[in-house]
Amino acid sequence: MTLKMIRGYPEYMRESIELVEKTRDERVKNKEKEIELKLSLEEREELLNTYHPDYAPGGKRELQVGVNKGERVPNEVADILEAWPALDPDEVDLNEVDYDVDVLIIGGGGAGTVAALWAYYEGIKPENMLIATKLRHGDANSMMAEGGIQAADRPWDSPVLHYLDVMGGGHFANKHELVKALTMDAPKIIKWHEELGVMYDRDERGNFVERWGGGTSRMRLHSAKDYTGMEIMRVIRDETRNLGVPVLEFSPAVELLTTDEGEIGGAILWNMETKEYIVVRAKSTVLATGGWGRLHIRGFATTNHYGATADGLVMAYRAGARLRDLDSAQYHPTGAAYPEQIVGLLITEKVRAMGATPVNKYGQPFVFPLEPRDVEAAALIRECFGRGNCVETPTGMRGVWLDSPMIEMIQGEGAIHKNLDAMYRMFKRFGIDMTKDPILVFPTLHYQNGGVEINADAQVIRGDGSPYPRFFAGGEVEGGVHGKNRLMGNSLLDYNVFGRRAGISAAKVARNSGKPGKLTLKHVKVFTEEVRRLNVPAERRSPILLPDYRGKRALARKIDLPIID
Amino acid sequence: MGKKVELLDVDSEKIMEEVRKAASPPEEVEHWVTIYVMGKPYRVPAGLTIMKALEYAGYRYIRGAGCRAGFCGACATIYRKKGEYRFRTALACQTTVEDEMYLAQIPFVPANKATYDIEKIEPSPTTLLEYYPEIARCVSCNTCTKACPQELDVMYYVQYAIRGDIKKVAELSFDCIQCGLCTLRCPAEIQHYHMAQLARRLYGKHLVKKGKWLDHRLKEIESGMYDKGYEILHKIMEEDLERFREIYINRKRESEEKRIEDPWENIGED
Repeated sequence: MTLKMIRGYPEYMRESIELVEKTRDERVKNKEKEIELKLSLEEREELLNTYHPDYAPGGKRELQVGVNKGERVPNEVADILEAWPALDPDEVDLNEVDYDVDVLIIGGGGAGTVAALWAYYEGIKPENMLIATKLRHGDANSMMAEGGIQAADRPWDSPVLHYLDVMGGGHFANKHELVKALTMDAPKIIKWHEELGVMYDRDERGNFVERWGGGTSRMRLHSAKDYTGMEIMRVIRDETRNLGVPVLEFSPAVELLTTDEGEIGGAILWNMETKEYIVVRAKSTVLATGGWGRLHIRGFATTNHYGATADGLVMAYRAGARLRDLDSAQYHPTGAAYPEQIVGLLITEKVRAMGATPVNKYGQPFVFPLEPRDVEAAALIRECFGRGNCVETPTGMRGVWLDSPMIEMIQGEGAIHKNLDAMYRMFKRFGIDMTKDPILVFPTLHYQNGGVEINADAQVIRGDGSPYPRFFAGGEVEGGVHGKNRLMGNSLLDYNVFGRRAGISAAKVARNSGKPGKLTLKHVKVFTEEVRRLNVPAERRSPILLPDYRGKRALARKIDLPIID
Repeated sequence: MGKKVELLDVDSEKIMEEVRKAASPPEEVEHWVTIYVMGKPYRVPAGLTIMKALEYAGYRYIRGAGCRAGFCGACATIYRKKGEYRFRTALACQTTVEDEMYLAQIPFVPANKATYDIEKIEPSPTTLLEYYPEIARCVSCNTCTKACPQELDVMYYVQYAIRGDIKKVAELSFDCIQCGLCTLRCPAEIQHYHMAQLARRLYGKHLVKKGKWLDHRLKEIESGMYDKGYEILHKIMEEDLERFREIYINRKRESEEKRIEDPWENIGED
């Protein structure tokens, strides 16, 4: 049976769209009244406890090894933390150092690139740095961020208000010094971008166009259409290319190197194409490996890029770093639920910030559109699975409507093209015109709220609470900034603020100290012994580097012949 | 967080299992198509993207997959349909497979990027020509525009570049994902996407009008005027979380407060 399609949607979904159209005028007229749907703190908690994947039982377990033993993390994360090391320490020769650098940066996304630039400003020559990255330089979630970056730079806003918003959004679990750094550095970062030539949206007087983000008390979201992440990433990448910062692509780190003094002294990289290992010794090491979206926690689709497999968590944990807030995953309230080709991809929060309201299959609003992300996501899950007021797609996915045509009714004709071109283009490729029809959405796995704990100098914290003198982290891999829930526009900010601080700190250490002590992989052997005490299946190895999406039929017939490996 | 409330009749764990089921691809495939991956035929379910179809067929990407959402340009693809002579271009992650597609993905584009010191170069009508002289070779064939998976007007912005209109180049090229397909197809060997990157940076740095608010805020931060605020809030949070929560909950949203449109308006340049 082939479904009859009308302007991108199967005929049966059109029936619900008609109901959405019927209530639209009234909803636009009463847009201001949506605030009445806002939940109290108690109502929020009740909703989260029942419908948020983090709170629903069955998704987590206690770690049995390492610094955070006894703490609960998602099963998918426990699986890679409690896994056999992919690298056999006895197979590598640490006496032959391939790269001997001042600063090693692991990860070529936003945080790593920012760290390289600030290490350069702080006096490290490009030839004395190395960026090692798993995919291409710039293949990272940083490239995909659509909405924008927060900074309190308007006269009626204040960094302290920004701080308060971040703390409340994170359920007060954030680390004070990190939030202070985040919000206080924010205007500085925007200034730096301006000097590099980032094209932010501006008004006729040259001030920034700033919009709402969920959970914030001021409009402070700076954007560059809905390509904000791409615009920043391609500018900073261009700058490192102008400076000649060496980048090894398709060469991820697979294990950190430690020293007898308990320091970090570099890493083992692995050339994914020739399968060679590469020994890097570094006076300081910056971890900027990003997050965990491709672990598909609780089976959710994800907005994340192909390489988001939490390799940095695995390596740092084995080396003795402390992790925090990993019990909390961010599900973005609005991932695409239809068409099937783009399920899980991000529908930026800006769509709601510009006036689109989530409505159920009857065209009724059921949630204030700009609750903090966890609350908003839980409300969508309740509407779909608790109340059944959803539309089911031909492949069995469920979703509610995000009524995008409201945007142009509120903001004027052309507003979608001008501000949401990436979104418009994505749906148009599959025959859907979001200026005329609503789009179907469902929460999608978006962000690792926690990570490797750092301090305000971006130094990584050891299990005993002391900072590593030579080991730094920035971006999604680190934790403490966002507490249990990140607000929109704070991830681009995070990687800039802490990428910068990591770069500066790493440069200072590299300038003021000699080479690290004798390199070892002893920590890997010690960790292996701990893993041996658990019943870990032999094939469970990490870091996993890439997710595996190969078809079942092909895998069922796959054999390895011991001649070409 | 985590105050326990009664779950009433809702079984959260079961709901999550249902979410998982809904999000997994259907087991049964109704419609199939045949695609040719670098010449080899594979039967794959209809309706998949090119990227997912290759994975279904057993390929595991190292190169050729990046963001998987149309933002990074890693999966630039050249293909032909049966019975046609023309090459088409696409992003593998944003294009649905069709029956009898002949596919090849481009793992890397060895295009030349000019290097420059953005602090030192000036945006003059000839700056783009200086750094990318090959743009003058444009023969207006429009192949670049046809090749662009973002449907940008590439040839147009190259023409503006020749004329030295940096603003136009910046605006028309803004949605560029730098996949390199324009450059690969160009008979004049122009590096469109790198040239446009320079134009955007020149525009963003030198040509765009800048307001005063940001600099005022930076001065305030520099002067230490917010330090006290952070200190007070931190103290309250440490000593009395309930009070801190109240402050958070009772903070006013921008629209609820009387706003002075531009309090810095009358502040001089000082």
